[in-house]
Amino acid sequence: MANILELQDVCMTFGQVKALQDINLSVREGEWVAIMGSSGSGKTTMMNIIGCMNKATSGTVILDGEKISRLNAKDLTAIRRDKIGLIFQQFFLISYLTAVENIMVAQYYHSMADEQEALEALERVGLGHRARHLPRQLSGGEQQRLCIARALINHPKIILADEPTGNLDEANQNAVMDIFHQLHKQGSTIIVVTHSPDVGSHADRIVRLEFGHMVSDGEKKA
Amino acid sequence: MTRRRMFFKMVMSSLIRRRSRMLVALLAVTIGATVFLGMASVYYDIPQQMGREMRAYGANMVLVPSGSEGLLALDEAAKAEASVPQGKLVGATPFRYETMYYHLQGLTVVGTNMDNVRKTSPYWQIQGDWPQREMEVMVGTDISENARLYSGSSFEMEIVQADGKREKKEFRVSGVVRSGGPEDGFVLMPLALMEKLAGNEGKASIVEMSIAGNSAELESLAEKIQHEVPAVTPRLVKRIMNSEASVLGKLQVLVYLVTAIVLFLTMIGVGTTMMTVVMERRKEIGLKKAIGAENRSIVGEFLGESLALAIVGGILGIFGGYFFSQAVSMSVFGRSVSMHVPIVLLTMVTSLAVTVLASLMPVLRATDVEPSIVLRGE
Ligand SMILES: Nc1ncnc2c1ncn2[C@@H]1O[C@H](COP(=O)(O)OP(=O)(O)OP(=O)(O)O)[C@@H](O)[C@H]1O
Ligand SMILES: [Mg+2]
Repeated sequence: MANILELQDVCMTFGQVKALQDINLSVREGEWVAIMGSSGSGKTTMMNIIGCMNKATSGTVILDGEKISRLNAKDLTAIRRDKIGLIFQQFFLISYLTAVENIMVAQYYHSMADEQEALEALERVGLGHRARHLPRQLSGGEQQRLCIARALINHPKIILADEPTGNLDEANQNAVMDIFHQLHKQGSTIIVVTHSPDVGSHADRIVRLEFGHMVSDGEKKA
Repeated sequence: MTRRRMFFKMVMSSLIRRRSRMLVALLAVTIGATVFLGMASVYYDIPQQMGREMRAYGANMVLVPSGSEGLLALDEAAKAEASVPQGKLVGATPFRYETMYYHLQGLTVVGTNMDNVRKTSPYWQIQGDWPQREMEVMVGTDISENARLYSGSSFEMEIVQADGKREKKEFRVSGVVRSGGPEDGFVLMPLALMEKLAGNEGKASIVEMSIAGNSAELESLAEKIQHEVPAVTPRLVKRIMNSEASVLGKLQVLVYLVTAIVLFLTMIGVGTTMMTVVMERRKEIGLKKAIGAENRSIVGEFLGESLALAIVGGILGIFGGYFFSQAVSMSVFGRSVSMHVPIVLLTMVTSLAVTVLASLMPVLRATDVEPSIVLRGE
């Protein structure tokens, strides 16, 4: 299958800090990749580059056939909107909008807010009964499932999750993993950053970073 | 759901669910609009109000008899009054001056329409009362001191009638008047009483008129009267009109200044609040950008919020300002003001303009927020 993502000699420096050095990575469509490594090894930096939120200092990034390392801010915004679903450790939700409205905002920026579709998305992550609640009225696990529903609402080509289970207990972590498995089965490409070997073990492939270098890249045995 | 409905939902939810945050800005807009409308209303009414007040303090046209005659016929004066355009005549008061003798000393006695004088001279200080009963007169404060006549005193004056006959009559002082003007040396009585005592009915020495209009209008009106009613000669009283204009000018400058200062303060209030709001909501802005919001969407949403703020604050301010100007006008001029549609519209436009202008800088700074902060989790 074709590569949906390709990083060629990607470097990222913040002043003196070399956060990423000579990263080469290809991800095929439908693959589930876990990125692991110690704190400060450059995982989030890499996610920001793949997610079109920062531009690499040097190197080439090709996402879904497009050289995003050459695009300007406006075009990057369009790529984020059309191709990427983002899930974060802190469940960023808009505090003054209800669960269903938080999903509709993503639809609104993408194309058209559709309440029915947003409600169905909530239903799929088991939050149908919480649609009219504000984020602060939801538990951590519920908030993360809401974030996932929002990330998926515009059918992104690739799902990026940075420590999606970092703030969750085991039951909620399993619920999130179940959702990821479903997405994987449906053919979604998933890239997950995690500290947890348990979460990493669900992936097809584990990439390890250390001090900004890629130190290993291995298909996991089935 | 249409884009516009979703936009309104976001803007309104943000304002309503975060209302405690926006209250300061709303207060600033409301106060600004209140003062603006109040000032504009007073400003709008000042020329009219002041004009009336100033004219009330003195006539701006005086009719005197033509030729060498000492008295003019009130019939002729009425013709002159009739040639003043409809609604422009604020008032006309006849004055007749006669000399009467108190212990052989000649006193100037003024016969006039007491009701008119009372209306046009609200600043007179009266000890006692206006003449009400038969043979009651008012004396000026100078006469009162010299002759020791006070409210309630009785005194005699000798009247020289038109045919030369002399007659003594007893009068009662109803009140002592202090005007700071020539009235302080006069005796005042109703014109009807004077006519009864001295004869020559239906005549006056002069007729003072108050007419609304600028000096050019008054000059052409004077020419017209001169032409149409030859028996009277109109004279313009320039002094009062000039002072009217200069007081007005100063008041209007004051109103401009106060309004400008208040609008400036409103801008600072709204601007700093919006600046805080944008800082507080950096994560939200980053999130919106991360999920694909363009800069102009973000600017649009914040401007939408400040527009909503301006509309609500503007409406509150229009009502507040109405009561404010009502209170000012009642206490300063003793008159009520009406809501003028152009002023209401101007207030709304100003409150929109000031709010949007004040929000512009903070809102444009919102677009500087990097989407990557959502993963960095600051
Ligand atoms: N905006 C920035 N400015 C300066 N240095 C930065 C910036 N972002 C990241 N860094 C540095 O880059 C390096 C990699 O950071 P990164 O956030 O990618 O690590 P990480 O692997 O995600 O760590 P963690 O597991 O703790 O989240 C760190 O040394 C960090 O201090
Ligand atoms: Mg990280």
